[in-house]
Amino acid sequence: MIRSGIGRAAAVIAVAATTAAGLAACSPSSSSSGGSGGDPVTLTYAIWDQNQQPAMQKIADAFHKEHSNVTVKIQLTPNKEYWTKLQTSVSGGSGPDVFWMNGPHIQLYASNGVLAPLDDQKIDAAAYPKSLVDLYTYDGKLYGAPKDFDTIAVWYNKALFDAAGVAYPKVGWTWADMQADAAKLTDKVKGTYGIAASQYGQENYYDSIPQAGGSVISADHKKTGYSSPEALKGIQFWLDFIKAGTSPTAQQMTDTAPEDMFLSGKVAMLQTGSWAAVGYAGNTDIADKVNVAPLPAGPAGNQSVIHGLSNVANAKSAHVDAAKQFAAFASGKEAAQIQADTGTVIPAYQGMQDTWVKSMPKYDLQVYIDALKDAVPYPVSKNTSVWTQYETDILSQVWAGTVDPETGTKQLADKMQAALDSEQKK
Amino acid sequence: MSELIARRTGAPVSETPRGRLRALGARRRGRSPGQSPWWAMAFIGPTAVGLLVFYLWPTVRTFIISFTKTGPFGGSQFVGLDNYVALFQDPELLGALRNTTVYTLVALIGIPLAIGIAALLNTTGLKGRSAYRTLYFIPVVTMPAAIALVWRMIYNGDYGVLNQALHAVGIQGTSWLTDPHTALIAIAVVGIWAGLGTNIVIFLAGLQGIPDTIMEAADLDGAGPIRKFFSITIPLLSPSIFFVSVISVIGALQVFDLVYMMLGRNNPALRDTETVVYLFYQAGFINNERGYAAAIAFLLLVIILILTVVQFRLQKKWVHYE
Repeated sequence: MIRSGIGRAAAVIAVAATTAAGLAACSPSSSSSGGSGGDPVTLTYAIWDQNQQPAMQKIADAFHKEHSNVTVKIQLTPNKEYWTKLQTSVSGGSGPDVFWMNGPHIQLYASNGVLAPLDDQKIDAAAYPKSLVDLYTYDGKLYGAPKDFDTIAVWYNKALFDAAGVAYPKVGWTWADMQADAAKLTDKVKGTYGIAASQYGQENYYDSIPQAGGSVISADHKKTGYSSPEALKGIQFWLDFIKAGTSPTAQQMTDTAPEDMFLSGKVAMLQTGSWAAVGYAGNTDIADKVNVAPLPAGPAGNQSVIHGLSNVANAKSAHVDAAKQFAAFASGKEAAQIQADTGTVIPAYQGMQDTWVKSMPKYDLQVYIDALKDAVPYPVSKNTSVWTQYETDILSQVWAGTVDPETGTKQLADKMQAALDSEQKK
Repeated sequence: MSELIARRTGAPVSETPRGRLRALGARRRGRSPGQSPWWAMAFIGPTAVGLLVFYLWPTVRTFIISFTKTGPFGGSQFVGLDNYVALFQDPELLGALRNTTVYTLVALIGIPLAIGIAALLNTTGLKGRSAYRTLYFIPVVTMPAAIALVWRMIYNGDYGVLNQALHAVGIQGTSWLTDPHTALIAIAVVGIWAGLGTNIVIFLAGLQGIPDTIMEAADLDGAGPIRKFFSITIPLLSPSIFFVSVISVIGALQVFDLVYMMLGRNNPALRDTETVVYLFYQAGFINNERGYAAAIAFLLLVIILILTVVQFRLQKKWVHYE
């Protein structure tokens, strides 16, 4: 009885399988379209930002115009689930053909053979910021075509500066200037602070550490930089604001996000990325009250960290050639123009940045482009998330004042180095 | 099974004593066709298959993975007990176990609270009973993410309603969710609040199952309301209390969503609040160590199993079934 049940089920599956195979067998030959020729192909393109979906759709349409047999379907996943879903689907063999990639994940994906190298796609490396090309190069091969980039600058509330009689920050200002301004802008009675010394990597200490002359990770991604006195100095720079009372405390900034404090006029200065501009311009409460200035210079300069996304092709895609073509196209000149017109992000393609700067003329957005010159690459390694976890964990204690910065950075350096060493063994 | 098949096909069942066979036959005679065991299997089948595929198989898989080193994209390698050895040497595990224990103990306060509220709701002549019941049940049907968001606002150190209320009576509140001394308790309070509705409903059902005659007899014997509550209501409610406490302990040991949503990753109190499941999430989805994560999951399963078995053993001492 049971045996025959299985037999029947097996028969059903067998029939279903043959039918499916039959369908699969006849579908490609059933219609061969014109254009650039070839069988019709549908690519899935995974992205996480809903704001950018219209631009991505336009890029997909533009690609379809050139390659009429290829249709690109966009798959939007919110950022919070994006990586979990991607990792599961890629391991299961059902991953998207082309997808967005970021710095922290590139080496993990490239080193596990998940991505197809794009070296044969005639991508002109000179057309992109070098730091980005380096970020997406692994073992001498380019795996990601740079799509956009972001640098960091200081946003300030003009109304609070005027009220305190402080001159706006300008090109060439220094750490000392920022500290002095923050002190003048702090008003204990009103509960306003000069600056938000957020415990963020990209927006805060990934910038201040190079500004102090240190680094987060060595150029070969094998050695931690947290053991150096310069790194400690870069961290200390932020802690001093909290200690002086010119920034809200770590506890306050956990309860209320630093950006919300800035938007509600409780904080006069906030370091943040170029991605924030669109939101501020569209926020009628503050759109005309704020502007942006370059980062202040520390002992070694006013470097900003640069990060950007790239388009990558799934090595296990059924249409890997088309996938590689689209990944390169979506980062090319035409796609860059489409992205620039929508003003959401700065295209990585050189020469397309002016359109973005001009899209919001009331802000000095050129500072974000000028930051490219001295920009330092975003710190990554093969398994970035392991030690960034240590960063947030240990530095949250340092920011809260329960662990002193010397002990904290020492602990962090040891744990990060152990993580980097174990990466090399894999 | 073979016996059944043999009988169906008409083969003699020689070993079976006559008496038992007759008894079986007698029972069979009364059966309508719809009562054949195949029907029962057809009804149980979907659930059983679901359990096998979605619970039992993953458990077995987790057990297997816990003995491997599994990378972010699969490709596992057998490493024996390495994950367990590393787990028991992990200082974070001890912290997570301690936090989970504290959370569970605090969460259990929800049980007497629910009994008290259920008893009050059950008093005769209470006006607007269904309104209260609805109010207490609303958190149960609210999205956990929304609950976390609202409570984060309530607990906010600078602008939170809680501190404003405390300030009005002259107490200086703290930053509840970032203070290592209060964060875990603050989260447990939300956990109790969110689960109260379900427990109240279970206890109300239990209370309404207590026969009026017993209460009337107690009245005649001159027992006051307090005496009646502790000597009659509680013992007769004990099966419900047992059920709720087993479910609550299991739920509390698996707490993750509230911790994950109410505390940001930069929270200075995170070390004093991370639970065992949080540790699992961190190992599996942030550090990409699937094998290690599986070992954590399995350890938690064993802990839950032991605690549940202990509770079942202890029930003989205090649970009264009528």
